[in-house]
Amino acid sequence: MTKQLFFQRSWNYSNGLEIVGAWLLALLWISPLLYAFWAAFHPSEYAVNFELFAPITLDNFAEALSQAPFLQYGLNTFVLVTMLLASQMVVCTFAAYAFARYQFAGQNIAFSLVLVQLMITPEILIVENYSTLADLSLVDTITGIGLPYMASAFGIFLLRQAFKSTPKELEEAARLEGCGMFGVLWRVYVPLAKPTYLAYGLVSISHHWNNFLWPLIVSNSVETRPLTVGLGVFGAPESGVDWSIVSAATLLSVAPLMISFLLFQRQFIQSFMHSGIK
Amino acid sequence: MRSASPGMRHIYGWLLLTPAAILLIAFTHYPTIATFIDSFFSKSSAIRPSRFIGFSNYDAMLEDPIFWKVLFNNLWFALGTIPTSIAIAISMALLVNRSLPGQGFLRMAYFTPTILPMIAVANIWLFFYTPQIGLIDQILQGIGFSGHNWLGDPNTVLGAVIVMTVWKEAGFFMIFYLAALQHLPKELEEAAKLEGSSRWYFFWRVTFPLLMPTTLFVLINAVLNSFKLVDHLFVLTKGGPDNASNLLLYYIYENAFSYFDPNYASTLTVVLLALLAIIALLQFFLLDRRIHYR
Amino acid sequence: MFKKLKKIATGFALTAGVCFTSVLAYAQTELTMYYPVAVGGPLTKIVDGIVDDFMKENPDIKVSAIYAGNYNDARIKALAALKSGQPAQLSVMFSIDIYELIEQDAIVAFDDIVSTKEDKAWLDSFYPTLMENGRTAGKTWGIPFQRSTIVMYYNKEAFREVGLDPNKPPATWDELVEVGKKLTASDGSKWGMMIPSTGYPYWMFGALTMQNNQVLMSGSGDQTYFDASGTVDALQFWKDLGSKHKVMPEGTIEWGTLRQNFLEGKTAIMWHSTGNLTTVKNKAKFDFGVAMLPANKRRGTPTGGGNFYIFKQTSEAERVAAMKLIKFMTSPERSAEWSIKTGYMGVSPAAYQTNQLKDYVVEFPYAAVARDQLDYATAELSTFQTGRIRKALDDAIQAALTGAKTPEAALQEAQSTADRLLRSYR
Repeated sequence: MTKQLFFQRSWNYSNGLEIVGAWLLALLWISPLLYAFWAAFHPSEYAVNFELFAPITLDNFAEALSQAPFLQYGLNTFVLVTMLLASQMVVCTFAAYAFARYQFAGQNIAFSLVLVQLMITPEILIVENYSTLADLSLVDTITGIGLPYMASAFGIFLLRQAFKSTPKELEEAARLEGCGMFGVLWRVYVPLAKPTYLAYGLVSISHHWNNFLWPLIVSNSVETRPLTVGLGVFGAPESGVDWSIVSAATLLSVAPLMISFLLFQRQFIQSFMHSGIK
Repeated sequence: MRSASPGMRHIYGWLLLTPAAILLIAFTHYPTIATFIDSFFSKSSAIRPSRFIGFSNYDAMLEDPIFWKVLFNNLWFALGTIPTSIAIAISMALLVNRSLPGQGFLRMAYFTPTILPMIAVANIWLFFYTPQIGLIDQILQGIGFSGHNWLGDPNTVLGAVIVMTVWKEAGFFMIFYLAALQHLPKELEEAAKLEGSSRWYFFWRVTFPLLMPTTLFVLINAVLNSFKLVDHLFVLTKGGPDNASNLLLYYIYENAFSYFDPNYASTLTVVLLALLAIIALLQFFLLDRRIHYR
Repeated sequence: MFKKLKKIATGFALTAGVCFTSVLAYAQTELTMYYPVAVGGPLTKIVDGIVDDFMKENPDIKVSAIYAGNYNDARIKALAALKSGQPAQLSVMFSIDIYELIEQDAIVAFDDIVSTKEDKAWLDSFYPTLMENGRTAGKTWGIPFQRSTIVMYYNKEAFREVGLDPNKPPATWDELVEVGKKLTASDGSKWGMMIPSTGYPYWMFGALTMQNNQVLMSGSGDQTYFDASGTVDALQFWKDLGSKHKVMPEGTIEWGTLRQNFLEGKTAIMWHSTGNLTTVKNKAKFDFGVAMLPANKRRGTPTGGGNFYIFKQTSEAERVAAMKLIKFMTSPERSAEWSIKTGYMGVSPAAYQTNQLKDYVVEFPYAAVARDQLDYATAELSTFQTGRIRKALDDAIQAALTGAKTPEAALQEAQSTADRLLRSYR
């Protein structure tokens, strides 16, 4: 009986050890970010020396901004992410609608071929995709960075699931009111799949905001280089690492995503959860 | 589709699919095939045009010690990152699924690395690992140990990269477990409580088996990531010292874009594609069966 | 309907506008220049400043500089741009890229552009050692600009602390070891010296081999001497600094963080590019010195850094404009300004004769160390298939330093790789 009681206790109280563990883990997990804040807001001589009362400064941000066009990079990333999101939404909606509601010939094969992209993502095919872009004269354009990702198997898959769970009666009602193919899609399916769109949208934004390898290969100039590549060029260890300025630059580049994450934390986490459920 | 005439549904279906189909064919299917073809040709230069050379690139690859090195590194990298990050992810999910003080903060802290770009955090980790003036060495020296050249020692460099990757991925995987935990029936826990079984026992006998589909899903994702994620190498190690932390995709990049040998890079890509195909087959046989089971 | 018309009208207006501007631009020659940045500090600002001055003097030429990361990135990006049909007329790229660029048929020799006697004399106005990496097959392909050598930075205060004469930096390998031992703290908190072995290991190694009176490659770019006894001994010495003499940490030493280590006083001596000189000068909180690298059989260092190249796919007008720009940027006055602001070398004797640089050298004598060292300098490792051959040597160096292989075995392997890659060029 005492043993049973003991175990019941262990269920009811989260014991101290667990709380301490959870907090230690959390501190460990955000320590790189904490360090970035430390280095960015203190003069560079304190970047590797921790003194509680080190003077606080914004010089590193000014320095980072003057050494590289981070505002331009930010704009590029913004354009890239927006353009990608818009085209993904359109392309994936159409394809998902086709798979969910039209029993067309070759559907199963087509769907398996779409799913191939879940495995073979564009970054694996950098060599060939680069030469395709060169043939299309799209190297060093933001369109070129986005193009291979515009049709997303993941997006098609998620939206197809959402559309499939939409009650057919709603569609029929809309048809009776005289809606055509696009009308039904726009009035019935899209509104009902809102949570999926939100989920996919957030996942897509954070993925492409942070993508590096492919943009690195495609972009050559300041006008197309997204934040990650700009940061990579800027913080390349070859140039002698100055952590204060690199940290400032890092914070500048992650700030928009970080801030929106902090504001919409619940939606972010819900979205990532949603996107994982198959 | 009732309202569309029977023949029209094929046309509508394909019309709707066309934009996606064009893009997917252009950037997934065509390049996959082109990779195979290019791997049978020699590198072209202004002086010597590319020509068909059969399996020569493959012969060269099999004799290339760096290829074997990166392949095994990739294997170790996968073995090092996957079980650890899954274990940590499950622990995190279990922790934040209960109402601990500061739950919201904990959840956010664990998740944060997911939305930070790898390339940006690599520079910060570079600081952690730097000998003597780096954070880890400062702490070690502070408590009386001598520092270590983490990234400069072939025995520890891959481990250092693995730790950083685990940090990056665990919070992401946590989310999937959290979602799964929230769908587990509450009654099970109640029953276990009444029966007086320990939480440890309950976890291994009930929770963990029920999380199996999630684990498989995460596993596949983790394996994929272990092949795709090379961003940090650009900053941390460039694959060194002596290729001790080099990975397959980074080696492909080096060959294609630093040595201007896209054909050898294609040959290496074929290996990567073959590995992915194996994973896909495993997924098909393992994961799908599990989903039916659920 | 009206809206539609309006749209069309705006479209026309825009097109007309674009046509108009391009007509205007016709009178102007536009140059796109790729530029690598390999050391810290606001380098891009300095280049931009010089380019702006140039455009003020030459309003008919418009130059846009693209900063494409390190040397490797700059080459990749410039060649990729050319292949995909984007304009680029000239570029500063790694001096050692010359064979790759020739093989890709990407660049044109300066001998084929210059015609006047003056111009030919101009080609000979630079330090001959700096021209070594820019000349092959009897022609000049690269004009030196962002050039450096390796120098030895040392912490004078650390020297004083252990009773060494701060004005007598080690001049031989033996002295280096001896001094290093004194400077190394037994608890590992301070090291005697550090030579970076990531980033550009082959470059540092070029200094050690030259000091051993051994070059790494032939002048024709198709032969390497990685397994020569002088080469092997040099690598053995490098390794011994860590494993035998214990004056340097074992394992590889990161190129990028080394400067920080030096500035934090964690190492008393570092070997690094002169390109870091101005940054070290601005940031060091202690009295530091700069010296030539020590000698074994002789003194020695490779030159390093970037040259100007002109691409082949350029029009006559573009070549003329590009030549103007290159002449401007390498002129004694500009070269002097550049050297003062960055620490890179002045590229011609005339640059060191300008009042600007003369005054600076008087005030800060270390600015002349790199130049003085040119007397002992050799070309940087550069061959056909440079990328792969560099990697073979880099890997060998790192394998030896980390103890994975003996210097001899590692270098023999690198040599056989190089032989295999270069066979078809001989």
